[in-house]
Amino acid sequence: MVRELSNKNHVVYERKKRRIHHLVVPADVDEYAIDPIDQQEVFDILKNLGSFNWIWAPFFFLIFVAVIFISLTVLHHIRDIKDPEYPYTLEELQVVTEDSVEINDKRSHVRVTFTPTVGNCSLAPAIGLCLQVKLMRSLPSRYKVDIRVAPGTLHNEAAVNKQLNDKERTAAASENPIMGQLVEECLAPTYE
Amino acid sequence: MDLLEGNFELKEIQKLEGHTDRVWNLAWNPATGISGIPAMLASCSGDKTVRIWQQNSFDTSWECKAVLDETHTRTVRSCAWSPCGKLLATASFDATTSIWANVGGDFECVSTLEGHENEVKSVSWNPAGSLLATCSRDKSVWIWEVLPGNECECLSILQGHTQDVKMVQWHPFLDLLFTCSYDNSIKIWAEDGDSDDWHCVQTLNEASNGHSSTVWALSFNATGDRMVTCSDDLSLKIWESDPKATPPAEDGFTPWRHVSTLAGYHDRTIFSVHWSREGIIASGAADDAIRLFVRNEEVDGPSYKLLLRKEKAHEMDVNAVQWSSQETRLLASASDDGTIKIWELASVA
Repeated sequence: MVRELSNKNHVVYERKKRRIHHLVVPADVDEYAIDPIDQQEVFDILKNLGSFNWIWAPFFFLIFVAVIFISLTVLHHIRDIKDPEYPYTLEELQVVTEDSVEINDKRSHVRVTFTPTVGNCSLAPAIGLCLQVKLMRSLPSRYKVDIRVAPGTLHNEAAVNKQLNDKERTAAASENPIMGQLVEECLAPTYE
Repeated sequence: MDLLEGNFELKEIQKLEGHTDRVWNLAWNPATGISGIPAMLASCSGDKTVRIWQQNSFDTSWECKAVLDETHTRTVRSCAWSPCGKLLATASFDATTSIWANVGGDFECVSTLEGHENEVKSVSWNPAGSLLATCSRDKSVWIWEVLPGNECECLSILQGHTQDVKMVQWHPFLDLLFTCSYDNSIKIWAEDGDSDDWHCVQTLNEASNGHSSTVWALSFNATGDRMVTCSDDLSLKIWESDPKATPPAEDGFTPWRHVSTLAGYHDRTIFSVHWSREGIIASGAADDAIRLFVRNEEVDGPSYKLLLRKEKAHEMDVNAVQWSSQETRLLASASDDGTIKIWELASVA
């Protein structure tokens, strides 16, 4: 049982220049007012997500398989996949861009639409879970977050969307040791 | 007090704090809150614990009496008291269901039900307290017999749902089991004579005017001839089993049919619904709100109407709403914000 990366020939895009926020607080401003959050802020939270994603996800899957089959062949392929050729972030792969984040701050609603690099990407639920967990940890609790796959980019789009927006399943998945570890690995660089 | 006349408000009596993660579910102990026995409720959480809360008889305030921990190793998703109120069953993402006995005020885990492949999502006792049902993401529903000494034996494994099963609920007085699922359907299961075998007698899906997305919960009215279900499709649906309208099958089962759909009241997933003994339907949803509905007696109007809307009932998603099992107008709600709230439905002068 050999698993290949779902897309070997990633197109890697240049990182966007970060916008500098100038915070000027007028003297008469209500300091208890809720700060609105803008699109850029949410994107900043997400853009470094998963620089490991494309490498480590199959890697963990393969470890899992290896545990079952204890096969040297599989180990050989783990070595292959660990090739440091893909140290990319979701931004560099344009899985998420600033435009994929929609915010309605008044209604405390955030929607992230991500684009898997290939239509048969089996890791789309894992990417979605990373986005979900990351936003849950980073945004104030008043926010409602919806994650979805860009329309027409994935063959099982409806099933993935349904799963990502079932909070019981995402809660159970992030508690699952294998999935949880994968998410933490993907999120780790975002906390550096 | 006529529910169709006058104004009502949902008055917050107390906020119960203690859980350190989202609270998924709660259950009122049916043997308490009467004859001078202080009311008790159990709540379960993503913090892997179950908490037992009891009303103080002096000032009616609530306090945490016990924390049931170090048994479940993952989220405790659901809890249910046995009809006698002596046993508490808890279902967990760790794939087990535990049974706890109240021994002189202390709760001890007396039995652990193992068998599901992965997360157990709901547990329910039959009206006699002799059977338990559990359901899981593994798509199966298990029926267990509670033997003397609180040992449990699996009687039957029900396969039929095509996706994970969100909730199991026994009919209030018939041995009929109702299950609802991520596959958008509700299934009704009955026993085959004396053979201990169970089979699906009816499926309520989109073709039967049912839900178009995950069905999260269901609840019965006091007389057991109506049921309400709630869904990710943002609607509540009322179902009826009336032998006069639908002739019973040979085995005596009267099929259920769709009566009414309540839509447009919540704008995010409706996770919980509960029908009070006096006929008030409460719903709790991911829009942080609680809604109450009553049957509409007006001839021309829709069959159910909104009694009250409580916006911002919690700071985050409302995962469970549960009316007190006694003849009081007390409602408890549990939320992602980690709290439980006790509400009283009071009329506004």
